[in-house]
Amino acid sequence: MNPQPRMVEVRRNILKQNDVLAAALRERFRAEGILAVSLVSSPGSGKTAFLEETLKLLRPNYRVAALVGDLATENDAVRLARSGAPVKQITTGTLCHLEANMIQKALDDWDVGKLDFLFIENVGNLVCPSSYDLGEDLRLVLLSVTEGEDKPLKYPTIFNSADVAVITKIDLATAVEFDEAMADRNIQAVRPGMEVLKLSAKTGEGMAAYLQFLKRRWTGTRTVSAV
Amino acid sequence: MAQEESQLRGNAKIQAVHLRLGLLSGVVKEALLSSYEMACETTVLEGSRLVIEEIPVEIFCPTCQTARPAQSIQWFCCVECGTATCDILHGKELEVFALELEE
Repeated sequence: MNPQPRMVEVRRNILKQNDVLAAALRERFRAEGILAVSLVSSPGSGKTAFLEETLKLLRPNYRVAALVGDLATENDAVRLARSGAPVKQITTGTLCHLEANMIQKALDDWDVGKLDFLFIENVGNLVCPSSYDLGEDLRLVLLSVTEGEDKPLKYPTIFNSADVAVITKIDLATAVEFDEAMADRNIQAVRPGMEVLKLSAKTGEGMAAYLQFLKRRWTGTRTVSAV
Repeated sequence: MAQEESQLRGNAKIQAVHLRLGLLSGVVKEALLSSYEMACETTVLEGSRLVIEEIPVEIFCPTCQTARPAQSIQWFCCVECGTATCDILHGKELEVFALELEE
């Protein structure tokens, strides 16, 4: 005779450990007046070029640093270091995303001094990074015009987890017949009210508006943390 | 996690793990089911079942002023009135909801 099973309710969140660490990081960033910005996108959408330009443009006036996640190679960190900003590579091995404990560990072993902006470039992947909070205050999801307008519909979860959509490589929009209106509609469908920035790291188009946006958010963080 | 819960209850054998999985959790039911047996080998969960309850996306509709299902995970609109909103009440769950223990 099979014994009757007994059901016990446990209700334990599987990613609780990550969420707890992320919350602690977020508190630390806010207390120190740092705006932590993470970047997610598919591989090849232009995260590194975009970040390199961001670091270069902010560096004269702000203290900036970047953490960059990759499965292998330090190529991205080397590229980003050209901006002159402190950059640290997190090599994930076979893991397809960053987790909060990797950010914490990278920061603990890194004497980077006081910062205004910390950028976190996630591994190029539109699936798994959506489940992991990294303690960032702002998550940017990048979509390059060469990828097609329907990316938001194919990967709604990552778009939904992000705060702002950045359409990159806008200088190529005409050549690849990118339909901006359709991309906007798709983004608004998966995340109603989402702010969308359109820019090109290569030509500089749209970068000024993006920097203004970042500075506004940074000022907002400082005001809140000063209270 | 299962091991802790089992120990808390006198090392009872776990027959099944009930998981609540939101459609927005970023985790795929089929992938979990297919890897579960392998992941459980040589652990206290060896031989147990994984039971997954999928949780649809539910939003708070600002027009209807109540909880409503979203049209789909690609369309964050109230199924009743079509208002678009990002006020998500359910759908991000990834939690072990219950365990079935052998008496």
